[in-house]
Amino acid sequence: MNWEVVIGLEIHVQLNTQSKIFSSAATAYGADANTQACAVDIGLPGVLPVLNKAAVRKAVQFGVAVDAEIASQSVFARKNYFYPDSPKGYQISQFELPIVGKGELTIDLEEGSKTIGITRAHLEEDAGKSLHEDFVGMTGIDLNRAGTPLLEIVSEPEMSSAKEAVAYMRKIHSIVRYLQISDGNMQEGSFRCDANVSVRPAGEKTLGTRTEIKNLNSFRFIERAINHEVERQIDVIESGGRIVQETRLYDADDDSTRPMRSKEEANDYRYFPDPDLLPVVIEEALLAEVKAQMPELPHVRTLRYQDSYGLALEEAQQLTVSQESAAYFDAVVTVVPESAKLIANWVCGDIAAKLKQDELSIEQSPVNAEAMAQLMQRIADGTISGKTAKDVFQAMWASQTSADDIIQQQGLQQISDVGELEALVVQVVEDNPKQVEQYLSGKDKVFGFFVGKLMQMTKGKANPQQVTDLLKAKLVRD
Amino acid sequence: MALTTAEILNIAKLARLHVEESELADYQQDLSAILGFVEQMEQVNVDGVEPMAHPQDMAQSLREDVVTESDQRDRFQSIAPATANGLYLVPKVIE
Repeated sequence: MNWEVVIGLEIHVQLNTQSKIFSSAATAYGADANTQACAVDIGLPGVLPVLNKAAVRKAVQFGVAVDAEIASQSVFARKNYFYPDSPKGYQISQFELPIVGKGELTIDLEEGSKTIGITRAHLEEDAGKSLHEDFVGMTGIDLNRAGTPLLEIVSEPEMSSAKEAVAYMRKIHSIVRYLQISDGNMQEGSFRCDANVSVRPAGEKTLGTRTEIKNLNSFRFIERAINHEVERQIDVIESGGRIVQETRLYDADDDSTRPMRSKEEANDYRYFPDPDLLPVVIEEALLAEVKAQMPELPHVRTLRYQDSYGLALEEAQQLTVSQESAAYFDAVVTVVPESAKLIANWVCGDIAAKLKQDELSIEQSPVNAEAMAQLMQRIADGTISGKTAKDVFQAMWASQTSADDIIQQQGLQQISDVGELEALVVQVVEDNPKQVEQYLSGKDKVFGFFVGKLMQMTKGKANPQQVTDLLKAKLVRD
Repeated sequence: MALTTAEILNIAKLARLHVEESELADYQQDLSAILGFVEQMEQVNVDGVEPMAHPQDMAQSLREDVVTESDQRDRFQSIAPATANGLYLVPKVIE
């Protein structure tokens, strides 16, 4: 039987505010346990939550970026459940009237693009962390994370493979980083995902029973976890069983999912509007301001790079992964517009490799955009060959010296003087009569031998194009 | 609308409240009376009335994103039943 896979994702994005969503405690990652958990965060009686303006604004920014309806009035609700990392006995979230309503996102796939609906995105507070390992019979609770603002982005069940789910997740990741509303750090838990997965016979209209996979914090895991869960569900159904609606936890160690909670009442959250918080009104002025300040979004910029510079999709996407990287590319291209493709190659190749090796971000690159532009200019104006440029680049990276200085110091200028090169060509031809004969009798391969000789004689400083032209003129076949 | 004993027990369980067997009947009567009152309100015609999210007809005021809280862990933890290494300790939670 042919099976159809249906996937919806819930992505939790930590917003990069300085302070928490409902308190003025710091959100910095990695602080000593509970030193950033104030009276509001630990749920002491008598405290009142006060909403963080920046969290609201960041949520609106996301909404505008995915063409979503922004609720002029939205409401916070209590989601009631007992777990020690949420000391109030409820999480402040949104239920009816979330801040961001229906939107959509286009993902790029090998076989073309596909639009995925976004159901909603709402603001809520993160929970603390439980540490189960180190205490006999006890669990340790660190509430530093409690109250960190989260934007939960809920998709429609419109993805039909693990690949699509990953493409969607990557797209959301690039947007939130691009908008600078989250650092998107998956290791630190700033970007987490739950996947709702179900299968149904191909062509069937009604949805199959779904399971929810939690604990997905890498692009690799989500793909593997979904594929695994799909196989499991098909196996169960084909062997006559039924899928039980449940939450499953992905275990990366043995690449499997297992059921997490079986307590049905855990899902009885009894949402109700939080009486501690008044409705949030998004003023027209704020919305207009966010719209006016919206940067050119990655997918728009990607298209522009493809259209204006003829870049490949993958390269254009790599350049637009962050505003910083796109800005770097733009700054170099502005100086040497005719070399856009070459510049893209460099930024995605040599520069990306060096940055990765030295664990730097592009803003920290020892070779800044201005320095890079000079190097690109020297290739464009024929001062050095592309090959020599690789060495110059390494030297620039190591010493933070300008391209011109390195070319000067190491005498790397190409020999473009026609007279000088012509003399060398004559010499090569005279010294190697046997090869000349071979070439003239039709052995094209021998041509490379002459080019190689000339490069050797000039220590690689001859302009390869010029050498080729001169040799061709000299070695004319009858 | 009358709540069953099972429903009362479930509500208590969700709220982590201990209810004595002998109190069940009282809770059953009181909570059912509240629901009965809500039922009565449901008969009011509210066509065209927008639901209010809050009895106070005001908008939430927002605070600037500034850290003003300092670390008061020691004070908070002085009233906690158990702590270690800066963590609050609770009876083992197994997921």
